[in-house]
Amino acid sequence: MTQPVFWGLVGMALVVMGLYALIVHAHLLRKVLALNIMSSGVFLVFIGLARRAPGEGTPPAADPVPQAMVLTGIVVAVAATGLALALIVRLRALTGRTTLGDEGGH
Amino acid sequence: MPLQLLGPGGLGPDLLLAAVFLPLAAALVCFLLPRLAATLGLISALLTAAATLALMLGVLAGGGMEVQLGGWQAPLGIRWRSDGLSAALMAMTAVVGAMVSLYAAAYFRHTAYERTYFWPIWLVLWAALNALFLSADLFNLYVTLELLGFAAVSLTALGGGAAALTGAIRYLLVSVLGSLAYLLGVALVYHGCGTVDIALVAACVPDAPRPALKVAVAAMIAGLLLKTALFPFHVWLPPAHGSAPAPVSAVLSALVVKASFYLVLRLWLDVLGGGDGDGSGRWLAELLGVLGAAAVIWGSVLALRQARLKLLIAYSTVAQIGYLFMAFPLAVAGGAAAWTGALYLALAHGLAKAAMFLSAGSLLRFGGHDRIAELDSAVHRLPLTLTAFALAGVSIMGLPPSGGFIGKWLLLEAAFQQGRFVLAAVILLGGVLAAAYVFKVVGHAFTPAERERRLRSVPPGMEWSALLLALAAIVLGLTLPLISPLLQVGTDAAVAPPVSAAVALTAGGAV
Amino acid sequence: MSPLFDPRLPADALLPLLVLASSLLPGLVIFFLGEARVRTRTALNLGGAFLKLGFVAWMVWGVYHGQRYELRLPLLDDLELTLRVGALSLLFLVLSAGLWLLTTLYAVGYLEQSPHRSRFFGFFSLCVTATVGVAMAGNLLTFLLFFEMLTLTTYPLVVHRGTEAARQAGIVYLTHTMLAGALLLAGTVWLYTLAGTLTFAPRGFVSDIADSHPGALTAIFALLIGGVGVKAALVPLHGWLPRAMVAPAPVSALLHAVAVVKAGAFGVVLIVYDVFGVEQAAELGLTGPLALIAAVTIIYGSVRALFQDDLKRRLAFSTVSQVSYIVLGVAIVGPLASVGGIVHLVHQGIMKITLFFCAGNLAETLGIHKVSEMNGVGRRMPATMAAFTIAALGMIGVPPIAGFISKWYLGLGALEAGVHWPLYVLTASSLLNAAYFLPILHRAWFGEPAGAWAERPVAAAAGDESGTAAAGARSLRLETGLLLLLPPLVTAALSLLVGLLASMPFSALEWSLLIAEREFHYP
Repeated sequence: MTQPVFWGLVGMALVVMGLYALIVHAHLLRKVLALNIMSSGVFLVFIGLARRAPGEGTPPAADPVPQAMVLTGIVVAVAATGLALALIVRLRALTGRTTLGDEGGH
Repeated sequence: MPLQLLGPGGLGPDLLLAAVFLPLAAALVCFLLPRLAATLGLISALLTAAATLALMLGVLAGGGMEVQLGGWQAPLGIRWRSDGLSAALMAMTAVVGAMVSLYAAAYFRHTAYERTYFWPIWLVLWAALNALFLSADLFNLYVTLELLGFAAVSLTALGGGAAALTGAIRYLLVSVLGSLAYLLGVALVYHGCGTVDIALVAACVPDAPRPALKVAVAAMIAGLLLKTALFPFHVWLPPAHGSAPAPVSAVLSALVVKASFYLVLRLWLDVLGGGDGDGSGRWLAELLGVLGAAAVIWGSVLALRQARLKLLIAYSTVAQIGYLFMAFPLAVAGGAAAWTGALYLALAHGLAKAAMFLSAGSLLRFGGHDRIAELDSAVHRLPLTLTAFALAGVSIMGLPPSGGFIGKWLLLEAAFQQGRFVLAAVILLGGVLAAAYVFKVVGHAFTPAERERRLRSVPPGMEWSALLLALAAIVLGLTLPLISPLLQVGTDAAVAPPVSAAVALTAGGAV
Repeated sequence: MSPLFDPRLPADALLPLLVLASSLLPGLVIFFLGEARVRTRTALNLGGAFLKLGFVAWMVWGVYHGQRYELRLPLLDDLELTLRVGALSLLFLVLSAGLWLLTTLYAVGYLEQSPHRSRFFGFFSLCVTATVGVAMAGNLLTFLLFFEMLTLTTYPLVVHRGTEAARQAGIVYLTHTMLAGALLLAGTVWLYTLAGTLTFAPRGFVSDIADSHPGALTAIFALLIGGVGVKAALVPLHGWLPRAMVAPAPVSALLHAVAVVKAGAFGVVLIVYDVFGVEQAAELGLTGPLALIAAVTIIYGSVRALFQDDLKRRLAFSTVSQVSYIVLGVAIVGPLASVGGIVHLVHQGIMKITLFFCAGNLAETLGIHKVSEMNGVGRRMPATMAAFTIAALGMIGVPPIAGFISKWYLGLGALEAGVHWPLYVLTASSLLNAAYFLPILHRAWFGEPAGAWAERPVAAAAGDESGTAAAGARSLRLETGLLLLLPPLVTAALSLLVGLLASMPFSALEWSLLIAEREFHYP
């Protein structure tokens, strides 16, 4: 197993774990955490798999472009987390609930 | 011809930048100067709409165009390009955006909190939409998609009540999940091709490793379907769209879901080259078609069973989204006109659905509730609003000569040409069901009102903006010969910018 | 320059547009008028109606002298919205423009005090716009457009009263017509994919594909006829029509004689003649089943009419039966039968509208809704009942009233085509017509006045204060409002005249011969 494939698989595992947790947990904080784990997994896949193709005489090397992109991705993820937390706090203040419940539509 | 001035050689590229940076800058100013938010917001919204429509005319007259932001070239730089497909959707966004802004100026007049926050977020949303329609690389699309999602979630929560918050949180979770799936696909594409520029990826797709590519496509499309609310991923949509303030519902239903549909279409056409010639592409198209057909039936039936007007309209969106995806199997099997049909339906639905939500907002404001069974008292006194709703309904039902009719006609034509009678039957049945739920509302106009209720006045701006949108949805049906160059998507005649020398050069040196 | 905005529209393209606009624009303006502005509204209504009649007369003159009227508007890549006026369209145009004028007069009188008049007259005008659009459609797409518009604009008229019964009738009406619209759309698109055109042509446009796609064409024929058959009230698609009787009398008159039912029957004529071509349709074996459906509808409608006590319902079932004469005439393949069918398009309209006007007068003036309440009503309202009598006798087929001409040609046509069973159908139907109309006439003229209205002083509506029913009938005062009385008298006179003068130039019969000639190269 080459190194990129290893990181890729670890990343995928994180994604799957995150997705599982997102679905099974009702508590909103856990859902937000699950999404964070998922995004870490995606970032890992992105960085881990990206390689500059070996040129003539040069060994394969890490590719800087995805690193920059993942940096942007992390910013986005932080923003998402912040927004989600703000909404959850507000929901709890209003209703005392920390789950979505089934009455979302009413 | 003076229109050429708006094209690639003239103002075109500036208009392209203006379509994104004008609302973005205005959003910042509105946020910093909350007292002036409404005035500034309305003015900049109208300016943005004007710039976007000028851009569309430029594309129509002079062909597609593109801009390298900051002079950086692909694959490192960010490329924006405007072709027929994106120009058509941006123009629709501009019309809806302008009318929603007019409506919102009246709607939020007496609610300081909402007025203060609506304008900056709405302008950011508009900027994100335009940026999404213009982006020409997969990662930048991800960023705009997230930006759009956050703005949409914030607008959903604007009402501040428990229902709005719950809807917003659910929407946020779904939105982020969808974006992450999309990003996972982008990561795998980068792994295979070493670039995220759409043109370069398209060039590399034929040689890319198959399994990774398939997973990538599956992840991206699944994520986008979730955001587009295609059946069975639609459950989040009705609560979110149904609980938001009216102008927000209009924007979400008319524009935001179209963005992720646009992205699916873009991927399908530009990255996967239309999906044919590959067995799995055909298979995927069939799957999308089946889901679309299920959405049409299921969404319409649920719409018919709703007791509240806004939920009815939201479920109608679920159904109408289905039509867009029914075009995939038809187009892949050789009826490129089906793409035009789907795009036409997307445009018509944008205009009509915005009109419907805006009229629902007026009825709600007037009568204090949106229970369909008790609408009598409101609809009697708001004939313009009811007319707007009914005319929008004509387009949603797909009756001639509306925009919805043209789109449906093109889909039906493809279905009959290929002998796909089941798809044809679903398209027709969807129209009949749509008539049923539209008339469930309109029928109240003719029954005598029994009770006097708490009635508030509705400013004319709210009534007329909805009516103009509905009229636009009808008139759209008569304009096909004028705008058809924009809509020839998926064919050789499609309007697209020439592939620039810089891209061709870097493509050679990408490794 | 796009053809959309071409300012140099020649007169022959402008005229069809003017015919549309003469009811569309007044209709749109009327929506914005206040309830109280009776004068403006009436002026707009009547002005539009007279203008339309004038434009149509102009076109009659033109077409008679070989002029063609055509207007095209590109809609899809190679499909256009086309308005075109030929002999067949003109027949229907004259009928709708003429009867619209009379119905408008009648409606102004009928709805004098009722609420929502602006809404009513607005939709009334739009409804006629859709009807003349149907008449002038130059291809199936245009036909579809106006046919659907007709559905949408008549719905508000059907539910106008706003009662629970009206609402229910509206639901039934919409369910029928919307499903029909879907069938029509399906047939239209399918046909377009096979034939590559939708433009109406004499003797149809499907002959090129008849050999290669007989099965598909049969299915398309069924879809199209199903689509228009709902409005034409062919059994078993007729269910909406008797229920729609809850609408005000002018609406019933319009629905039965001019707009909806007639548009459906006109659609059948178009589909058989100008889409398939009657000989092609016969070759595909499509006219046989159509004739059978028509025959069943004729008998079924008459039998049901026999058992209705509600006057308007009896008339409604009579319509179900009578409109299928048109379909029958078309489906018995032969020139003379076609003449009979097409001429009945006009004749049935004139006679049926008379009957509905009279029924409306009885209801409005005396509160009579049921046949059983009509004893002796002829003495109280002799003029109305005279009109009713002429129209009813015409329906039965008594010469020289209009209905006789239709039946005569239908019978001749059947003999010419070498089939005998339509004669039996015609005979049975005429007997049934007599069986449900003659008792009404007998009651009205020879019965002893009874019921609530007989005890009331004469004609509160007419403001008469003097004594008994007999005195009232003989008095110089009108038996009901002038606007209510004039239209049925005019249409009753017309029913007589078109029968008497059937062989004059410009008569409905002459036009029908012209149309049939075109279809059959009749010698």
